[in-house]
Amino acid sequence: MNTKGFKTIGIGVTFSPNLEANINEAARLALFLGSKLVLIHVGESSEDKLSVFSALLDPFKGQGLVFEVTFKSGDPVEVILSTTEEKKIDLLIIGALKKEKLLKYYVGSIARKITRKATCSILLLINPSKNRIRCNHIVVNGLKDPKTEETVTTAFLVGNKLGASKITVVEEVSDDEVSVKVDDDKSLRKSTIVKERLRLREEARVKAIIKAIPNELTKSVKIKSQPIFGKRGYSIGHYAQVARADLLVMNAPRKMNFWDRLFPHDIEHILTELPTDVLIVQ
Amino acid sequence: MRPKKPSLIGLMKTLPKNMFSGLVVSLIALPLGLGLAMASEAPPIAGVITAIIGGIIVSFLGGSFVTISGPGNGLVGVVLVAITTLGLTATYAAIICSGVLLIILGFLRLGKLADYFPSSAIQGMLAAIGLIILGKQFHIMLGNKIIRDNGIDYLLEIPNTIITVFHFEDKGLIYAALAGVLSLAIMVFYSKVRNKYLQLIPAPMWIVLFSVGFSYYYELILKSPNPISADYMIPSIPDIGTIITEIPVPDFKMIGTFSFWSSVIALTLIASIESLLSIKAVDKLDVEKRRSNVNKDIKALGLATVASGFLGGLNVVTVIARSSVNVNNGGSNRSSNLFHSLFLVVFILLFSAELTRIPLSALMAILVYTGYKLASPVIVRKIFTIGKEQLIIFFCTLLVTLKVGLISGISAGLVATFIIHVVITKRLGLFVKNILKPNVLMYKEEDGSYFISVKHFCSFLNFNTLKTSLEAIPENNDVIIDFSLCGFVDHSSMENVDDYQELFQKKGGNIEVTGLDVLGAESKHPFALRRMLPVQKMMPENKTKRQKNMGIIAEKFGLSYQHEKKYNNSFLDGFVYFQTKKIEYIFNELKEKNGEYQSFDVVFSEGEFIAKEVVRTTMLYIKVSKGTPAFTLDKEGILERFYALAGYEDIDFERHKDFSNRFYLRGESPEKIKRFFTDDLIRFFESNPYFHVESNKKGVLVYNKERVASIKEVKGLIDFGVRLSQAINKS
Repeated sequence: MNTKGFKTIGIGVTFSPNLEANINEAARLALFLGSKLVLIHVGESSEDKLSVFSALLDPFKGQGLVFEVTFKSGDPVEVILSTTEEKKIDLLIIGALKKEKLLKYYVGSIARKITRKATCSILLLINPSKNRIRCNHIVVNGLKDPKTEETVTTAFLVGNKLGASKITVVEEVSDDEVSVKVDDDKSLRKSTIVKERLRLREEARVKAIIKAIPNELTKSVKIKSQPIFGKRGYSIGHYAQVARADLLVMNAPRKMNFWDRLFPHDIEHILTELPTDVLIVQ
Repeated sequence: MRPKKPSLIGLMKTLPKNMFSGLVVSLIALPLGLGLAMASEAPPIAGVITAIIGGIIVSFLGGSFVTISGPGNGLVGVVLVAITTLGLTATYAAIICSGVLLIILGFLRLGKLADYFPSSAIQGMLAAIGLIILGKQFHIMLGNKIIRDNGIDYLLEIPNTIITVFHFEDKGLIYAALAGVLSLAIMVFYSKVRNKYLQLIPAPMWIVLFSVGFSYYYELILKSPNPISADYMIPSIPDIGTIITEIPVPDFKMIGTFSFWSSVIALTLIASIESLLSIKAVDKLDVEKRRSNVNKDIKALGLATVASGFLGGLNVVTVIARSSVNVNNGGSNRSSNLFHSLFLVVFILLFSAELTRIPLSALMAILVYTGYKLASPVIVRKIFTIGKEQLIIFFCTLLVTLKVGLISGISAGLVATFIIHVVITKRLGLFVKNILKPNVLMYKEEDGSYFISVKHFCSFLNFNTLKTSLEAIPENNDVIIDFSLCGFVDHSSMENVDDYQELFQKKGGNIEVTGLDVLGAESKHPFALRRMLPVQKMMPENKTKRQKNMGIIAEKFGLSYQHEKKYNNSFLDGFVYFQTKKIEYIFNELKEKNGEYQSFDVVFSEGEFIAKEVVRTTMLYIKVSKGTPAFTLDKEGILERFYALAGYEDIDFERHKDFSNRFYLRGESPEKIKRFFTDDLIRFFESNPYFHVESNKKGVLVYNKERVASIKEVKGLIDFGVRLSQAINKS
């Protein structure tokens, strides 16, 4: 089980207006989690570039940040993925794009390809900032899935390091599991009973997962369990938005094929409308 | 917590009441059935067959409770087209096919189909159907049969027909026109006269009674033939033997043609829309607030339609006017639908010969009134107050339906609505990208209340997702609907959400809508569509003389006066009087400073559609202390004694003969009521002018006549109320 957290954090850097904010976020996170930071630049190596990165990271050096900068030319997706494997990066940070005027964020095409293919965990940042914004509320999925246990544990680990005060475990129950369709008063009563039963079952399952997590991670945060009946992957994003979460932690998807992209589900929904920062745990 | 299963004894207890309401409904169903069938150029008996078959099958297999099924108004236009293009026997085949389609729709759980049509477009379509009925039958009503190509031509001929009437030379035609005009007058003025004895028989039946009586008067007393031209009498109605031996054979030869299937689809579409709208409206009137199983009902209607088609009847649909008459006369379960059919069978068995004494023009007057009600200017005005854009949708649907046809009309309405939504928001992407997304999140919060958040947009295109969530919540819960993540909410959604709010309120729950303040509306109407960026408008209001006088009273009596309309009036819930009535709003409210009592004008409607009566009444509401039982106190009359026979009990006091004779008192717990009515209180009622008094445990409702009171009467009402409240609190 991943109780040690992330050893190496990677971030792809280009010279964009967001550069400083991106680097600051990554460096802060590396410090919090006690990890090494790897900056990946797609392009030729040069002294100028290195000095720019170095200057930006200067304030963090004093706090004991260990970092490394790599340069490699080629296709951005290929470069970042291969570097990730070479440097044994276990958390890759990707900045999301913001739609003009509207307060909506989405993941660009390159970032999306990386997200789909990466074998490590991924953190999608919607609003990188130079100064630290406290992460208060973390929402994590509690799907019935073998990966969930690790994901929830990671959420508690990260939450602990970032000083989050509240963690909500959301169990998404798909409508198909509620086998009763509501037609009239009688079937409504039946479906309400079925839902209540499912809710208790889900809560018991989540409780068991939380119980397995080391006590020092769980004692200082408020834990809430919230079952939701709705479309998988979509409703959790919606919930995170409504509950004003600062970080959404999700399982990595199982393998994707062509159809999954055509009829988006699970993580794909999240990628088109990022509700908040999203951590996808591999 | 399972409610008791309806026991046989319980069912038997309700039978007398349901039999009575079934009888009243059959009185309206008989003339309407004949008229609707004739308007669609089917044999008149077809309409009655439809009602009989529909009533029998749907009462056994249906999923709704107080609805009545039979031939529908909406279908007149479609059946007419089918009969003129396919012929009668092929139309029966089309009706059978549409019945099968309905059954399939029911099994596919597509009862929600009607949700995908914007409400203004449906209004436009119904208005067009109304105009088609009105346009065609108006000429027959005035004794001037003509044949034209389409609906608009018939409408344009109306002035011509009126001129022609004044030049009639044939006496038979003059009498026919007179019968038509008189019948129309009965339909129009019937609801204006609020007399419970007169209202016991529905207006269409009065017309039948008058015309049959008129015919007998000529035959038996004047010994001369009926003066109305024979062309304008109902053609012969076959007796029951002939009906059974001469069942028409449906002709399936045209099953491969395009026109056949376009008729089938139109029949199915209109039948399902009309039924679904009616079921929804009737559920609101149900005293017991049960939820109809729409899909089960659709299946039953489909099966009934198949049977009806084979036996020479038309499409069976749920009909709103007859259903509301059923509710108002005490119908409480499906047995009233069955009784309505059985009474129709009795009528045909006994009186099929008398029915030919009804003039055609009189029957068509009923339909002209029906058509007018569908396309009444009130509807146009109502839509206009919601927003100008709704009016565009309405007229677009209406004109295309009249000029081309029903399916094109409703499609035009759909397209127009969508285009208007895109133009208003200027964001096509908002709709295109998000239409298939599950945009509604519903979850139960820790305190047991439900939270629903709607994202992107909410319109007729995806209201279904919100509806599914709302349907899954037991109605006695608290719900919050948050639209703050929505960029656009349309009129259909606002209206539907309001329906749900009403439903939850009645069942003890509550729906609160939040997040609309970030969206702006163009009109002040509560159902106006909402979008980002507000444009507010103000309209100055003028006060009437009565309102100014009310202001003066308020000052004199030290009351506060508000003339504005108030839409949320939950304090009136729980009164028996309002159980089958729909309160629209209250206004001209005179309120005591501490809220102890208030008088107000209330606007409510009773029944639906052609049986709809909008009533304005001045009432007084008094708060009462705890321990007051629920009761209703009325003047005792013949009708009340009759009700007593049908199972309504009157609570009598042995020591107060005078009071017991003059007043009709009833309530759920007679013992409590007897204790509550002390000698002092009874003396108070005996010695004061008569008022209708009703308690719902929390408050007492007092009124006199079912109309708006004059200033003097308002003073009297307040005076009575203040003294009553003293008498009650003393006892």
